Amino acid sequence: MFENLQDRLEKSFKILKGQGQITEINVAETLKDVRRALLDADVNFKIAKTFTDQVKEKALGQDVLTSVSPGQLLVKITHDELTQLMGGDKVDIDTSGNPTVILMAGLQGSGKTTHSGKLAVHLKKKNKNPLLVACDVYRPAAIDQLHVIGESTNTEVYSERGHQDAVKIAQNGIRHARENGFNAVIIDTAGRLAVDEKMMQEIAAIKKAVNPNEILFVVDSMTGQDAVNTAKEFNDRLDFDGVILTKLDGDTRGGAALSIRSVVNKPIKFVGMGEKMDALDVFYPQRMSDRILGMGDIVSLVERAQEQFDEKEAQKLQKKIAKDQFNFNDFYKQIQQIKKMGNIKDLAGMIPGVGKALRDVDIDDDAFKGVEAIILSMTEEEKENPSILNGSRRKRIAKGSGTDVTEVNKLIKQFGETRKVMKLMTNKNNMAKMMQRMKNMPNMPKMN
Amino acid sequence: MGIFSFFSKEKKESLDKGLSKTKESVFQKISRAVVGKSKVDDEVLDNLEEILVTSDVGVDTTLKIIGRIEARVAKDKYVGTSELNEILRSEIAELLEENKSDDSADFDVDLGKKPYVIMVVGVNGVGKTTTIGKLAYNYKKAGKSVILGAADTFRAAAIDQLKVWSERVGVPIVSQNMGSDPASVAFDTLKSAVSKDADVVIIDTAGRLHNKVGLMNELSKIKNVMQKVVPNSPHEILLVLDGSTGQNAIEQAKQFTLATEVNALALTKLDGTAKGGVVIGISDQFKIPVKYIGIGERMEDLQVFNRRAFVDSLFGKN
Repeated sequence: MFENLQDRLEKSFKILKGQGQITEINVAETLKDVRRALLDADVNFKIAKTFTDQVKEKALGQDVLTSVSPGQLLVKITHDELTQLMGGDKVDIDTSGNPTVILMAGLQGSGKTTHSGKLAVHLKKKNKNPLLVACDVYRPAAIDQLHVIGESTNTEVYSERGHQDAVKIAQNGIRHARENGFNAVIIDTAGRLAVDEKMMQEIAAIKKAVNPNEILFVVDSMTGQDAVNTAKEFNDRLDFDGVILTKLDGDTRGGAALSIRSVVNKPIKFVGMGEKMDALDVFYPQRMSDRILGMGDIVSLVERAQEQFDEKEAQKLQKKIAKDQFNFNDFYKQIQQIKKMGNIKDLAGMIPGVGKALRDVDIDDDAFKGVEAIILSMTEEEKENPSILNGSRRKRIAKGSGTDVTEVNKLIKQFGETRKVMKLMTNKNNMAKMMQRMKNMPNMPKMN
Repeated sequence: MGIFSFFSKEKKESLDKGLSKTKESVFQKISRAVVGKSKVDDEVLDNLEEILVTSDVGVDTTLKIIGRIEARVAKDKYVGTSELNEILRSEIAELLEENKSDDSADFDVDLGKKPYVIMVVGVNGVGKTTTIGKLAYNYKKAGKSVILGAADTFRAAAIDQLKVWSERVGVPIVSQNMGSDPASVAFDTLKSAVSKDADVVIIDTAGRLHNKVGLMNELSKIKNVMQKVVPNSPHEILLVLDGSTGQNAIEQAKQFTLATEVNALALTKLDGTAKGGVVIGISDQFKIPVKYIGIGERMEDLQVFNRRAFVDSLFGKN
């Protein structure tokens, strides 16, 4: 995500590289490029201007004279300003109140219904018991859509088919939650344009009737210059608490989102990164600007890994590796864990420098299919004890998995190597050595 | 003026209404930009840049338009601000008109291509299914027999949503269960259309972000399978763009064109505050005509796009 902006900024900063000193003239040139990059990424015109003015002001200060590398300094100033623009520290959602009431609002097609489902999954991870309430009584099959999402996420959905009064349905939904032991309620509403007076009155009425703990404005990250106007209109009406920025798994967008916070002064609380129900991430402005400036998002990656990480399993695995007993069953389990962490390309994109390299490469969720097929075509004995895999066994496996023997051979060879590397890594001294080696690599990002 | 020959009066009013927000604000801003000035200077051009960029026209296209105006100012020496509106309008119309598209008449199809197959594609949430409902209504109104194919088998309740539209409009629909192969649904729909001697087939597809190569490839598969029933189909691949989308719409047009030979665009949600300026940039860069615009949620709220009418409505008549 944000690749284009990132590319552009990288290019802009490159111009500065190799110059010993920042002068007003070359700062102006670079910042013009930065501003252009921001506009191309749909950052609001005025905000882009203010932003570059601020960066310029700071870059032309004393720090510049004492700076060893002007390019690095400008990256840092840009990064700091960007982080500030997007809202400083992260802000979580308010889950107090019994039940916690969350109201979803936004334009048509921004992803309210999908993200109602994702929020339900998110709340469940926090040990809440959420109820979804279907208040989109206008769009054909919107209620059905929420029911399908409820089924797939194992969440109860409250709806009143044939009823047209969204305010009443919301109230009844909350009563239903109270009576049936739900401690969180997510109210999905119809998409509406900010200029649609009748519809804006409806959502204001829903707010008044249910007094939500949290009103979330759902906005498509691909929105253009109008994002700021729409956000402002909704905020004037609803005084919402936060923003969900959706479809960030697309390319190059999000610029508009940078503006929203500074215009309505409300934080972006979540980002939607895909159509899977667990593809909702907490928004970290700091990390987002790291990302924009090409510093990757290692922290998110680590957190996702931790979520899927089972400590007992890991200890068992470590013992096995140490004893050289790591086998194809373990390998298969590992693959399943990685898959649970989400889309491989998303994961890879969080690693600094990798996102850009992967932008034109296709990695789909089927990346492991061939490997899985081969492993599943092995007998239990073969999985436990890979050393018995002779030629005729390999031929049989190739046939059973619909691959050919070279692929089977390749996997077995890779497996052998993985095993060696893993054994090496379990030894703490080796690990330290490896880290040291990585630190000395020339391409690792450095700041300050 | 012959250019409105196929715009009924009611329709033109509706277009004006839908775009009035755009018209007023661009107009007002230009007036403000030029107030108290008798000729175009750098400040006016700077203000113009702001107006165009904030209408989502995009930096490239904006610079192009400004470049042309600057050239004209240099050539004509004294360009008064009263002429600016006219120049601006003609420059934008020219960018739009550089496309070699012919504005087809209202929902008329070449019966030599019967059934005329339309495949509707786009990213998530742009209004594909709604646009299909409106298209079906308009084709039916024009006396054509229409069949819908529910090939969005992925999104929750997308099939139900299209079914509601088919009932509302009163046209048959071919569907399978959620999660079934979209190519197979398209195949069935075309088979059914051929046997029923239908005039128009409209195939819905799942929303997909254009950077997901696997999903983009699926579109060519659907296309290939359809050609087994009706050679040369789909005759129209309609890319639906959200009018409030920013510069990413250009990338969408680019990627979908690469994947599926898009030959028509629909621009939706123009009844909001979004300016739809991105359409100028797209018309400038791609040789794909904008065929329809969506200006509301009712069945009737779809119009055949007319470049002159669009520019006229954007800047006000005369």
